[in-house]
Amino acid sequence: MANENETVLAEKSFLEEGTTKKATGIASWIFSTDHKRIGILYLASISIFFLVGATLGVLMRLELIAPGRTIMDAQTYNQAFTLHGVIMIFLFIIPGIPAVFGNFFLPIQIGAKDVAFPRLNLLSWWIYLIGAIIALVAIVSPGGAADTGWTFYIPYSVRTGTNVSTAIMAAFILGFSSMLTGINFVTTVHRMRAPGMKWFRLPLFIWSTYATAWIQIIATPIIAITIVLVILERLFGVGVFDPSIGGDPILYQHLFWIYSHPAVYIMILPAMGIVSEIIPTFSRRTIFGYKAIAMSSLAIAFVGYLVWAHHMFTSGMSETALVVFSLLTFLVALPSGVKVFNWIATMYKGSIDPKPPFLWVMNFIVLFSIGGLTGLVLGSLATDIHLHDTYFVVAHFHYVMFGGTGTIFFAALYYWFPKMFGKMYNMKIASFSAAMFFISFNLLYFPKFILGYQGMPRRYYDYLPQFTDLQVISTVGSWFMFVTILLIFGNLIYSLFKGKKASSNPWGGVTLDWHIASPPPLENFDEIPTVTHDPYDFSQLKEMEYDSK
Amino acid sequence: MTQNNAAEHNHDIHRDDVGSKMGMWLFLITELLLFGGLFLVYAVYRFTFPEQFSLAAMELNTTVGTLNTIILLTSSLTVALSIAALQKKNKFLSVIFLVLTEIFALEFMVNKYFEWSAKISHGIYPGSEELLNRSDGEILFFGLYYTMTGIHGLHVIIGMVLLFIMMILIIKNKITSDNLISLENSGLYWHLVDLIWIFLFPLFYLIN
Amino acid sequence: MENSETKHINGYGVYIVVWVGLLVLTSLTVSVAGINLEQYTLFIALTIAAVKSYLVITIFMHIKFDDPIFKLFIIVSILTLFVIFVLTFIDYSFR
Repeated sequence: MANENETVLAEKSFLEEGTTKKATGIASWIFSTDHKRIGILYLASISIFFLVGATLGVLMRLELIAPGRTIMDAQTYNQAFTLHGVIMIFLFIIPGIPAVFGNFFLPIQIGAKDVAFPRLNLLSWWIYLIGAIIALVAIVSPGGAADTGWTFYIPYSVRTGTNVSTAIMAAFILGFSSMLTGINFVTTVHRMRAPGMKWFRLPLFIWSTYATAWIQIIATPIIAITIVLVILERLFGVGVFDPSIGGDPILYQHLFWIYSHPAVYIMILPAMGIVSEIIPTFSRRTIFGYKAIAMSSLAIAFVGYLVWAHHMFTSGMSETALVVFSLLTFLVALPSGVKVFNWIATMYKGSIDPKPPFLWVMNFIVLFSIGGLTGLVLGSLATDIHLHDTYFVVAHFHYVMFGGTGTIFFAALYYWFPKMFGKMYNMKIASFSAAMFFISFNLLYFPKFILGYQGMPRRYYDYLPQFTDLQVISTVGSWFMFVTILLIFGNLIYSLFKGKKASSNPWGGVTLDWHIASPPPLENFDEIPTVTHDPYDFSQLKEMEYDSK
Repeated sequence: MTQNNAAEHNHDIHRDDVGSKMGMWLFLITELLLFGGLFLVYAVYRFTFPEQFSLAAMELNTTVGTLNTIILLTSSLTVALSIAALQKKNKFLSVIFLVLTEIFALEFMVNKYFEWSAKISHGIYPGSEELLNRSDGEILFFGLYYTMTGIHGLHVIIGMVLLFIMMILIIKNKITSDNLISLENSGLYWHLVDLIWIFLFPLFYLIN
Repeated sequence: MENSETKHINGYGVYIVVWVGLLVLTSLTVSVAGINLEQYTLFIALTIAAVKSYLVITIFMHIKFDDPIFKLFIIVSILTLFVIFVLTFIDYSFR
């Protein structure tokens, strides 16, 4: 598409050209309003916190390799699992895919030069960073890290002397980052689509990111106000949840989960959107049931608001509430099922190219399905009474959050790394990591289903000797997992510097991101394109350059 | 494309007033949900302690509450008039209306200050002995009263600062009849502050 | 996206009329509070508040004259909040 006269001038990429006075150096990154640089800033910070959270996980598993004290005392263990949860959830999974890949690819995939509010976008990252720093401060300042679990349940969160207020203040600030990102993305999708980019020509990653943005806008304020109420209770004794003056601790749980359940859809929807990108590309076929998948994203976002109290079945709610929420919980499995069936139908009779992104998506489909099915077990009242607050729950959410969103975070990295950085990574190592991940993951987490079923409670520092064998297997799994993670990051970081140059379309994709250079130029497109094709119309490959192998 | 540098690219930033307004409305929606959470807490406890809420509400001064309601509604009017004036290219009138809005807002906060200090001097505040000796419903009522009017008051102050900045920008001709989206958005924020009070007023002052 | 929409500019009069309406509704809600209507008091107070809000949102905040997408945003958000209220009360009403 380049003008003949311009083949002499090599187009500068966004890595060489920026929005600040100098195009290189730290200031050109941390003050950049370029959505691509901001996406990479998020990638760097989120990856660091992921590694911190993962290390905490390894330490926790080390403690649990045997009953009794192994490497830390009980108080420290409580702080460890609280921190692990807070970091993984608020600093990794919730921002994760939207902040990194949403920021980088939303404008490109809709044919825009940037998001609607670029400066607000930069502010969102700064707010994220400030929230993260405050979370770290909460660990080291007097009082010690919070020991309440990441759910900060009343009344303990009001009574404990640890740094709860600081920790939840960090979460409050991080919530702002999330809300502002949501506002930016909704406005961008409504106002900045290229000519011809009708709603039903949008890639499915955009549909899911859009639905996610709405959850970020509507749900996050609820946790914000809940946090404020807890801080007011700790500081001024306002007593809104205090049972000694008529308050209801269960109301805290309601408010907490009214956000935190939709939050899990903030985590999974963008991941599902990416699956809908990767499967067509590596099946060289258009997606099956495009509209159904697009609408299912909106359906999941909405139904997600209706089910929160399935986290509270044993809390003391009314029986009517128990039954209603259990029923509604089963409903949310339906749109998810629509997606899984359509993905599989897409692959059927497709020309499968088992490159690393595709292998990682295969990981996702198995691991997320296990997680999702066990969610149904937990959603059934009778079984939940037995399994609530056991390792079964821990296994379930690690399968959906880590096996689901986490896996796709890696899949997206492998899919879009060549585009973002213009370098290829070692594909053999990447494929090997996918296999190693699958094995490590199941070693680490599958035993927890059995442990939970056998009665091992979660968040317990110590345990009965009969649980030892499975705990040991799980801990060994955590070592394999940690090595796998190091391998993943090592491969990518090495390739950042030494990787082979990547073409504009190494995989044969057809969405707008594959029509531009790797890495993209500062304003993404030489000219804003006029869109005439459906998003997964592979006949476009005839007119495109791509690596065909 | 010639070798443009970054500074030249910035001239291409297009203006999208509808998009700007959309972003503001989405932010207002977050505020709606924020206060919505508080109203939910209120609703649960009023449902649980109906008579005690009624009892506690009698201690609030309905006259001051009504006055504050009228003040805030009028301030919404003056903000709307300010925007209309600027649209009609009357810069002077626009600023006058904003000044009036600020005066009303200040009056509101002064009234609030007197209300709160009266209560506090009577020993009614979160954690006080006097309050803790009362029934659970009354304690919760006042806890919510301070929390909700307090957070609302914070938003009034933020609104006042915002409108003051708009005033300066109008005077300096940074906001004009052709470019007044910031004023409109600030007005939207102010109306939200009014909307919240429209619900706070009957729920705290007019229970019976 | 060019801004070619013709801007609807309200005259001062519209705003003043709405303001008077709001004051009337306020005095209505205050006087109704004085009458003991048992379980209907709350419902009436909230209804009047809703009408006042409708006036502020549609006229002062200009929603009546703006792109219909804004109406959709507001309705979806209020609906979600409403659903949250209803589901929470399924717990509390049946305890």
